[in-house]
Amino acid sequence: MKKLKYILFTFYFLLFTFTLIAQQQRFPKPEFESGYEQPDTVTPEPRALALEYFDVLVLILVLSLATWFALKTRSRQGVLWLSVFTLIYFGFYRNGCICSIGAIQNVTLSFADPTYAISLTALLFFILPLAFTLFFGRTFCAGACPLGAIQDLVIIKPISLPKWLNKTLGLIPYLYISLAVLFAATGTDFIICRYDPFVGIFRMDAKFLMVVLGVSFLLMGMFVARPYCRFFCPYSVLLSWMSRFSKWHLTITPAACIQCKLCTNSCPFDAIDFPTNEKEVVKSGLGTKRFLAYAVLIPIWVAAGVFVGERSHTFLSKANPDVFLAELLISNPEIKNDPDNLDVQTFLASGKTMETLVQEAEVIRGKFYVGSMIAGGFMGLVIGMTLLNTVVFRKRQDYVPHKGNCLSCARCMDYCPVEK
Amino acid sequence: MENNSKSKNRREFIQSGVRLSLALALGGVGGLALSKVIEDDWVWQIDPFECTQCGRCATDCVMSPSAVKCVHAYDLCGYCDLCGGYLKPDANALSTAAENQLCPTAAIERKFIEEPYFEYHIIEDLCIGCAKCVKGCTSFGNGSLHLQIIHDICLNCNECSIARVCPSDAIKRVPASEAYKVKGDFTNNPES
Repeated sequence: MKKLKYILFTFYFLLFTFTLIAQQQRFPKPEFESGYEQPDTVTPEPRALALEYFDVLVLILVLSLATWFALKTRSRQGVLWLSVFTLIYFGFYRNGCICSIGAIQNVTLSFADPTYAISLTALLFFILPLAFTLFFGRTFCAGACPLGAIQDLVIIKPISLPKWLNKTLGLIPYLYISLAVLFAATGTDFIICRYDPFVGIFRMDAKFLMVVLGVSFLLMGMFVARPYCRFFCPYSVLLSWMSRFSKWHLTITPAACIQCKLCTNSCPFDAIDFPTNEKEVVKSGLGTKRFLAYAVLIPIWVAAGVFVGERSHTFLSKANPDVFLAELLISNPEIKNDPDNLDVQTFLASGKTMETLVQEAEVIRGKFYVGSMIAGGFMGLVIGMTLLNTVVFRKRQDYVPHKGNCLSCARCMDYCPVEK
Repeated sequence: MENNSKSKNRREFIQSGVRLSLALALGGVGGLALSKVIEDDWVWQIDPFECTQCGRCATDCVMSPSAVKCVHAYDLCGYCDLCGGYLKPDANALSTAAENQLCPTAAIERKFIEEPYFEYHIIEDLCIGCAKCVKGCTSFGNGSLHLQIIHDICLNCNECSIARVCPSDAIKRVPASEAYKVKGDFTNNPES
């Protein structure tokens, strides 16, 4: 019996694999006599499109409410409860996906990849918060972002970071968005989604390392308020640009500031600018000379960035699976004999020639070459501008929120004794 | 005082100028993206004709167990007694005994229909998407068993974590209105 089966197996295997009679079924479907009814193949529908549009509607509502609470009613309570809702809806119910932060990559991919058309939902999730921020400041961060909400709720005893540290760590988001756009544009990876520290918590299920990352962000967030938002979030770069020029940003006081300094300790994010001490500015000798020196340095920073980008493009391109595979096969040809390497074995079995693989990898590496230089130049520009900003003094008489960094959480307003 | 208001005016002018250009930039990006927007949503799906049954669907999905399950295209099934998808190649007997089953979680149900035909049914809750049965069925049988991403389990991540590691690039974005690629008829494969 056993032998017969083996023979049968081998027979069929040989017959049908090597003679390639693939158009026909090997074993035709029987004609049943017992009145057997064939069951259907069950294919449950994906989430309805209407529900995706409902998410957009919820986003618009939450954004409007957050803006209303931050600017009109000036109510921290309102913003707080709104962020709880956001955490439950966009976080735990929608599992943190789709989110505006990740939508950066969809927009990038739709420009870079002609075969990919962005879905309307993703585009709206990208555009709407930016549009709101351009007029009202970062109310998205205050109430409509689930990643912000989960961190905002764990702030226990925020410490104030020194200015230089704030500025230096504040460069990371620029690096993050450069890399995210580079990887998305080359069709390599969506790193924002892959290394989202909180999505595992929203799903209540993640790889061990990602859980550790998420929990450590939350633990750190007890003392360094909203660390992801301030020092990692790639979307914060765009939001900060928009917010700096927002038309109606929130104010700490409803009327004229009385300089009571009560609000100075209220901001956990070090986003309140103090009045300029003009005497100190003059004394420190910072001025035109330094400004000019830093301005001249900017092109040098950009050139250095381009150089670093050019140097690192080979390394960065290895994140792409095709490039990695091509490189692996060239540097270790003996890996072709390794039966456990699935990627290599699948490639060998696919009938694709080595030349096509190398060609494809070279095209991708070419994209990385240009892309890393642009990203590097951008980073150079950002560093140069940040330095330049340290010697620019704007006259301020009052305590005002830093429009770029203020997350519109409305905490400071509760501290302000001024009545309307 | 006059000087002060002048500088304030200048600052406001610059501010609104930059705001306008930012708005235009945002509108430009939005408009360009909108020019090729699709109203449908994207979902991830496996092309069964490209799948090489490597087994990564079971291990790399963000869901555990995986959102990838084996589905059965009954139209293609030969209802064989000696099923390459159900039985281990070195099975002792053509029976439902556990030691003969290929499926590590016993997620395939074998039901006698009439001599000599058997129906094979996937118990979705038990299936982990390991593709062992798919490999058996594709190598020795008609290939009626194949993997699909089941959309009431799939979270539809922005970037599918299995697609990233799929060695044959069989997982692609498909429009949500045609969310499945069930092997309906055998000539579906353009390559063969």
